[in-house]
Amino acid sequence: MDMTALMLSRLQFAFTVSFHIIFPSFTIGLAAWLTLLETLHVITNRHVYRRLFDFWLKIFGIAFGLGVVSGIVMAFEFGTNWSRLSEVSGPIQGPLLSYESFTAFALEAAFFGVLMFGRARVKPLSYLASVFMVALGTTLSSFWIMVNNSWMQAPVGFDIKNGQFVPTSWMQIIFNPVVWVRFPHTVLAAYLTGAFCVAATGAWYRLQTRYGAESRVMLRMGLFLAAVLVPLQILFGHLNGDYVHQLQPAKFAAIEARWHDEQPAAEVLFAWPDDLRETNHAEFKIPYLGSLVATTRLNSREVGLTDFSRADRPPVAIPFFSFRVMVACGLAMLALAWLGSWRALRESLDGSRRLLQAIFFSFPLPFIATLAGWFTAEVGRQPWTVYGVLRTADSVSPNLTVSATLTTLIVYGVTYMGIFSFGTLCIYRVLRHGPGAIPPSAVETPLRPMTLGNRDLDGSGEGARP
Amino acid sequence: MNTLWACAVALSTCLYVLLDGFDLGVGMLSAFAAKDDVRRDMMTAISPVWDGNETWLVVTGTILFGAFPLVYSTLLSAFYLPIIGMIIALIFRGVAFEFREKSTWSRPFWDRGLSLGSLVATFFQGVVIGAVIRGVPMTAGHFTGPMFFWLSGFSVLCGIGLCIGYTLLGACWLAGKVSAKVDVTAFRCIPWLMAAMSLFIVAAFAISVYTHLQVMDRWHERPYLATFPLVALIGLVFLLRGVHSRACRVLFPAASLIFVAAFATLAASFWPYMIPFTVTINSAAAPPSSLKFLFWGIGVFVFPLTLVYTGVVYRIFKGPIRGGYGDS
Repeated sequence: MDMTALMLSRLQFAFTVSFHIIFPSFTIGLAAWLTLLETLHVITNRHVYRRLFDFWLKIFGIAFGLGVVSGIVMAFEFGTNWSRLSEVSGPIQGPLLSYESFTAFALEAAFFGVLMFGRARVKPLSYLASVFMVALGTTLSSFWIMVNNSWMQAPVGFDIKNGQFVPTSWMQIIFNPVVWVRFPHTVLAAYLTGAFCVAATGAWYRLQTRYGAESRVMLRMGLFLAAVLVPLQILFGHLNGDYVHQLQPAKFAAIEARWHDEQPAAEVLFAWPDDLRETNHAEFKIPYLGSLVATTRLNSREVGLTDFSRADRPPVAIPFFSFRVMVACGLAMLALAWLGSWRALRESLDGSRRLLQAIFFSFPLPFIATLAGWFTAEVGRQPWTVYGVLRTADSVSPNLTVSATLTTLIVYGVTYMGIFSFGTLCIYRVLRHGPGAIPPSAVETPLRPMTLGNRDLDGSGEGARP
Repeated sequence: MNTLWACAVALSTCLYVLLDGFDLGVGMLSAFAAKDDVRRDMMTAISPVWDGNETWLVVTGTILFGAFPLVYSTLLSAFYLPIIGMIIALIFRGVAFEFREKSTWSRPFWDRGLSLGSLVATFFQGVVIGAVIRGVPMTAGHFTGPMFFWLSGFSVLCGIGLCIGYTLLGACWLAGKVSAKVDVTAFRCIPWLMAAMSLFIVAAFAISVYTHLQVMDRWHERPYLATFPLVALIGLVFLLRGVHSRACRVLFPAASLIFVAAFATLAASFWPYMIPFTVTINSAAAPPSSLKFLFWGIGVFVFPLTLVYTGVVYRIFKGPIRGGYGDS
């Protein structure tokens, strides 16, 4: 591929958004989990909830910080690299992102300070309210982002006047059915991410026979939640497929790697799609299943990619593979959540080291699934930014030079890799150290020097062992 | 409606400059902290609020995106490199708060991240302001300048000037806030910063006259603009008296007054242009259906609410914080 400012801008956006999405999808789930823990702590006054809260708050703090700094990039990247898009779609995307920055970004940022530093300065119920505000903020954030992104996927409620998108019905834009299948899909993904990270941490301590009470709470809450949410998520995934089938047939055909119309359509389980020759290599497919997946009927006619001119097709390999990766992760999570919950109910989790190990190693699955889902949705939307109306090639800032864009791409890359590695190291250190005891200040509230984490993280203090 | 949203942009920009201004100023001052505990005390003064303060930058950006898409798209793409430079610097500034506490051998690196990140972010903000004052090359409503059009002696001077200004704000915020050691640093540097600031203003004024900047014509047309520098002068007097009598509570409001006056001077000289002197408020405004949607949700309800809870959070962390926040 030629190195153009357009290509580099696309790479830059893909890189920065992929990096960013890891953190919100983690913190939305964690914020909900923190709200739950603090509520339980207020109601039951059991110390284990407070210890878990303090412990996960440290991790939340790191992930939230990374989410904030990488989110600011997104708020400006529309303008820096996609000035044509932001100029013509600003009247629609701009207000949506304004709502995001006000109802979400500002809310969570203001109360994040209270969360991290304010416990001794506010009443317990006000503190709980602050935790809830942060959780509300993170969720509202994903809502507005999904309204905005869904409008780009399936634009509604607008006219084009003087080359600019003019909103005609905000009701249509916000209550677009596409929003209401994609937003739950995203939030569920975030909750699953939180659930699996919590359960994996519990499994880790269980394997090390540390923190008995805490690991029990984490394992059970994480697994039970996942056992309920994974099936729900698969249902919403299916509903997402329906909207793609109906509104974005080219994307659907790319996900299925279907080059020609078929009736009945087969389902390609594996293949090596070849854009140039318009065919698949090493194909393995199951007859009838393609129709069944698309319409729940056995002999429906399904469109192939060759129905669309080459200029209107997305690249095939990325949506095809990323969709399969997402589904595979989902099925693996379903198996783990159900098996783990069943054994947890029978109090026999400790009997299976292998299962605990599997749960421990499962924490990357929801992250991979989320990223793969985004790739499917976003690469599948190509070659459009606003589906069917505005092409990606017509959206890029016209003044960008290759050298400037390449420079910023490299700088972003180095910066993100650096802070990501260190952030992961920090989270790992907190996890390795474990929940520890409640700070004495929680009981007597004396003033002591401010710290976010434990100062002696990787040294003397090992915290409480059961 | 257009004017209203232009005022909202002005208000949120002004809030950003004041609030994140002192964060960035404290960040720059932290480079001069002799010992680790002094640096930590300095960070204590801003760590609960920096994130909320930075939000006003995002808020400004997204209001521009929604209400004045042409301004958003033109300025951000025209200032591609300085904007991204600023963002990268803000990334290092932001992660430093969490990372330095959890690091061992790499702590000096994250400390540099805080001070250099604050410095570079402020510098680029000043450069952008300077370059906007000099004018953005546009033809037929679109930016047509080269990649480095923003780089000039005047814009670099503005970058340095803003660094001095934010540091002054930061020093005023720190005085009397966390610990005696920090107070000493703050009080020692405020007079120097005020002197440097005055020097900058004289230099900037001289260049403006010498190069016949278009803004200067505005001053001939609108003599009433001179009231704002007078207000700044009042702020300066209060600041001097505050330093002299060690009245910590006067310092930050006085410094803020100077900043608000400076901001108002610029805004009033540009009026009704958003990008001087090519794009006006009305020519950049989004269609009425966008502005109404913004007005009935954000304008009437969310914006005031945001101001209220921001105030509440500041009340929670109000006053001197000697010895940290208690329970972490």
